[in-house]
Order: sequence, then C-alpha cells, then structure tokens
Amino acid sequence: MRPNGAKPRLTDAALHLVLAVWALLVTLPLAWAVLSSLKTDAEIFASPWSLPASPQWGNWVRAWQEAQIGRYLLNTLIVVGGALVLVMLLGALTAYCLARYDFPGNRVIYFGLVAGMLFPVFLALVPLFFVVDQLGLLGTYHGLILVYAAYALPFTVFFLHAFFRGLPAATAEAAFIDGCSHAGVFFRVMLPMARPGIVSVGIFNFLGLWNQYLLPLVLNPDPDRYVLAQGLAALAVSQGYRSDFSGLFAGLVIAILPVLAAYVLFQRQIRAGLTAGAVR
Amino acid sequence: MRHGRYRFLIGALAPPLLLYGVFVVSPYAQAFYLALTDWDGLSAEAGMVGLANFADLWSDPLFLAALRNNGIMLVVVPTATIALALFFAACLTLGGGTKRRGVRGSGLYRIVYFFPQLLSVAILGVLFQFVYTPGDGLLNGVLGAVGLDGLQRAWLADPATALPAVTAVMVWSAVGFYVVLFTAAMESVPTDVVEAATLDGAGRFTVFRRITLPLVWDSVQVAYVYLGILALDGFALVQIMTVGPGGPDNATEVIGLTLYRAAFTYGEFGYASAMGVTLFFITLTLTALALRATRREKVELA
Repeated sequence: MRPNGAKPRLTDAALHLVLAVWALLVTLPLAWAVLSSLKTDAEIFASPWSLPASPQWGNWVRAWQEAQIGRYLLNTLIVVGGALVLVMLLGALTAYCLARYDFPGNRVIYFGLVAGMLFPVFLALVPLFFVVDQLGLLGTYHGLILVYAAYALPFTVFFLHAFFRGLPAATAEAAFIDGCSHAGVFFRVMLPMARPGIVSVGIFNFLGLWNQYLLPLVLNPDPDRYVLAQGLAALAVSQGYRSDFSGLFAGLVIAILPVLAAYVLFQRQIRAGLTAGAVR
Repeated sequence: MRHGRYRFLIGALAPPLLLYGVFVVSPYAQAFYLALTDWDGLSAEAGMVGLANFADLWSDPLFLAALRNNGIMLVVVPTATIALALFFAACLTLGGGTKRRGVRGSGLYRIVYFFPQLLSVAILGVLFQFVYTPGDGLLNGVLGAVGLDGLQRAWLADPATALPAVTAVMVWSAVGFYVVLFTAAMESVPTDVVEAATLDGAGRFTVFRRITLPLVWDSVQVAYVYLGILALDGFALVQIMTVGPGGPDNATEVIGLTLYRAAFTYGEFGYASAMGVTLFFITLTLTALALRATRREKVELA
C-alpha cells in the first residue's frame, strides 16, 4: 500500500484543481445572475463583473409586483401543491392495493400503469389538449392539477409498489385481528411504515412538477394563471423588449431562491430522493 | 376477518384509474388514430388519410432538420455527460490515498455539483439566454476577461454555435446529478478489492478501469437511457432560448418544437400526431437498443 507520501498529495492537489474548475463553472452563472439582479441596467451593460455601486433592491420589488413574479409563484404553489397531495394519496393507495392484495386483473392494472412511463408526453399532447378542452378545464387550476397528477401517477405507483411489497405482513395481520378496517390498516399502519419511500417519491414528484413547462404551455393559456415557468419565459420576452434587464434578473433570482433554500435545508434528503428515483 | 375487501379495493382503485384513463390512456390511444387522419381541429369529421402523414414527414425539411438536431444531441448529451460525470466521480472517490476514501471536501463538491439539477428548464433557458447574449452576456464577458476576445460571438444567432450552445446547457445541468449517482455506486465498491488490486501494483487508472467501472456499469446503463430521453426532448430550452424559436436557419429545431408548432400554430393536428407516433417509436427503439448495447456480462461480487 502506498503511504500517504508526497505523490498522493500532489495528485490530490491536481484533483482539487479539476474539481474546483467544474464547481466554478456551476456557480458562476448563478452568482452572475444574483449580482446582476442588484445592479442598474447601465451597470449591467458596462461590465458583467462590476459590483453594484449600491444594491438595487428596487429591481426585486419591480419584478415581484409589476412583472407579477409573486402571482406566478402563488399559482405554481397552488397547482404543484394540489397535484402533489393528489398524486401521493392516489399513488400510495394504488400501489398499496396492487402490492398487498391479490385479485383478478392486478397484473394488468400494474403493467398498464407502469407502461405510462414509456410514452413521451409529446405523443399525448394533441388529444390531451382536446380532452381537457372538452371537459371545460382549459386554463383552470383544478384542470392543471388533475393532469399533473395523472402524469405523475405511473412513476409514483411503480416506486411505491416495490416499497409496499417489502413491508412485513405481520403488522397488518395484527391490525386486522384487532378489528381494523382495510382503509384503517392502510392509513394507520402501512402508510406510516412507508414514510421513507413516500418522502423520496414526494421530493421527486415535487421537482418534476415544479419543472413542468410543456403541459402548462399547452393547457394553461390564461396569463393570470401562468405558473412560474411560463411567467419567466413571458417575462424574458417582454422585459427584453422594454430592456429592463435588471428586473428580469431579479425575477430569475426570485424564482431560483425557493429551490435553493429548500436545497440548503434538505440537501441530503433531496439528493437521496432523486438518485433513489433514478436507480429504480 | 377480511370483509369489505372488494368494496375497499374498488373504492381505492376507481379514482386513480379513472384519472389515468381520462388524461393519460385515452390521449395516447387517440394519438395513434389521429395520426392517420387530416384533422384540423375544427371540422367535426376527421378524414382518414392512411399513412400519408408519415410519408409527408420524410419530405418536410423542418422535421428532417429536427430529426438531425435531436440525433446530434442524442450522441453528444449522454456521451459528454456520462464521461464528465464518471471523471468527476472518480476524482471524488479515488483521491486521498487508499486509506481515506475520497478527496477532502468531497461532500461540498457534491452539494455544489448537484444544484443545477433543481433548476427548472424555464429558469435554465432564461438564465443561459443571457449568458450567451452578445453584448453584456457572461460568456463573452469571461472570454474578454481572459484575453480571448477573438472567440466572442453572438452564440445563439450563429447557426454554427446555436445548437452546441443549447446542448451545453443540457450537459451543464445534468452532470452533477450523475456525479452524485456514480459516486454513490463507486462508494459501494468494497475497499478490500481496491486494496488487493493496489497491492498487486495497479495504479489509480487501472483500478478505475478494471474494478470500479465494471462494478458501476448498471448505473451507467440507467444514465444512458435517461439522458437519451432528455436529448430527444430539448423543447423547453429551444423554445425559450433560441431565435425563431428553432433558429437561426432551423439550426436548433427539435422534434417537440416542430410538433408543437404544427399543432398549435398551424392546426395540423393529424400531422402533429404522426410526429408524436414517430417520436414514440424512436424512443422505444433507442431504449431497447441502449439496454442491449450496454449489456455486458454482469460482474458480481461473491
């Protein structure tokens, strides 16, 4: 074995150099956006590096109020929050029934649901637009919530199915003997036991739904109900015309901040949740 | 003991299956039918045109440009992302000698690297549109600062650099996720195997190639499929970032954009559905191929 002598230390320094370059590449655009959000337009044009003479918090106020980032954020929270609660409830229930009950058609339903992961959303896009339109749900919060939940369902069921399978049967048996109903066993015994899986897939779904751009673009045409992704894209166009770049950067930073805050607080769980989702 | 079993099952399964049937299964099924029609979205009846839509696709310059661009991204995005991620993951785990595994501060690197994964595509699109801006953009600013003024250009307005610029954003945002994924896989490689190889005189590179890589191959395979699906999309980035969108000169046209435009700008819903069906078969074929091509003799530790 090589002692921790001069050679490894030298290569460690080289490794750090390489790793630091990528860390810089990742942080630089974000730091630049934060910096620019606090500068005046003239300062932005003058140099990408310069520090603002005095921080222009007015940019943030303008983005929040005039450019309606606050409203878009609220819309996003309503739609993503609603869809998340709905898909977690329905997904957990479905996965539990399919994993713990044997009944005719079980496998058909399971594979039918899981097959949904194979299809690109673009394939469904045109008919989906007309289905949502005919149901009178175009441009409504609940319409978007239902569609989001429906498209997040396959992965949720797939992930939690394996999880419920792995839970011990004895606890559920005991609860049944104590006179617990089927629904009672699910909500009071199995759901709490599946908590780690629920958290993982919940984080995964939250970010997936937060990221949505295509579905709201097609199904949510009303500017008052724009979600953040749509709002930002529209802002980039309109502020670009009015050349209010500082306001645009402020809007961008406001949109990044909630995710950044959540990541700083829960980075370990978020990384574990997302990578667990990928290996399944 | 288990009375009310079926009542519970029906009560529990009916709502999710109804939701799934209405918003997922029925649109997918309808897409295959619509692809065979010339429906314009207005007329009550859709005329059957057979496979004419599919025939038209192959003489549609826009669709062919999209196919070419997605094809390029399909090669570049997974290859570049996986190569970079494997490299950084190896740097993170192989450093620090054989006793202490991983370089100092590897936790911090992982935290920083992973963050772009959390940015939504809309944020990425808007942010990088400004990174690439000719006048006051970050990229040209950096190039100017290090004396490479000659390389400065209008990245998204030049047909030669627009597609690479968009592709770079995909790679930039995906690398960190796979670094974390691969690092986790590499850390589960048992220490004694690595030590035994080192005792036998294997250097870091040999250890990586002969021991680590075969043991993390499962993760690489998964990464390939996910990144391939990512590369076949690209819609949001292109739609937000590029001129046109899809330009200049169709240089950044992607299948999703062609489909979206055909449907929601020109009202050619049958034609757009045919593109969706084509995309579906491409995805399916590539997934099957990727899983086959990357299949190796499974290495297992006894």
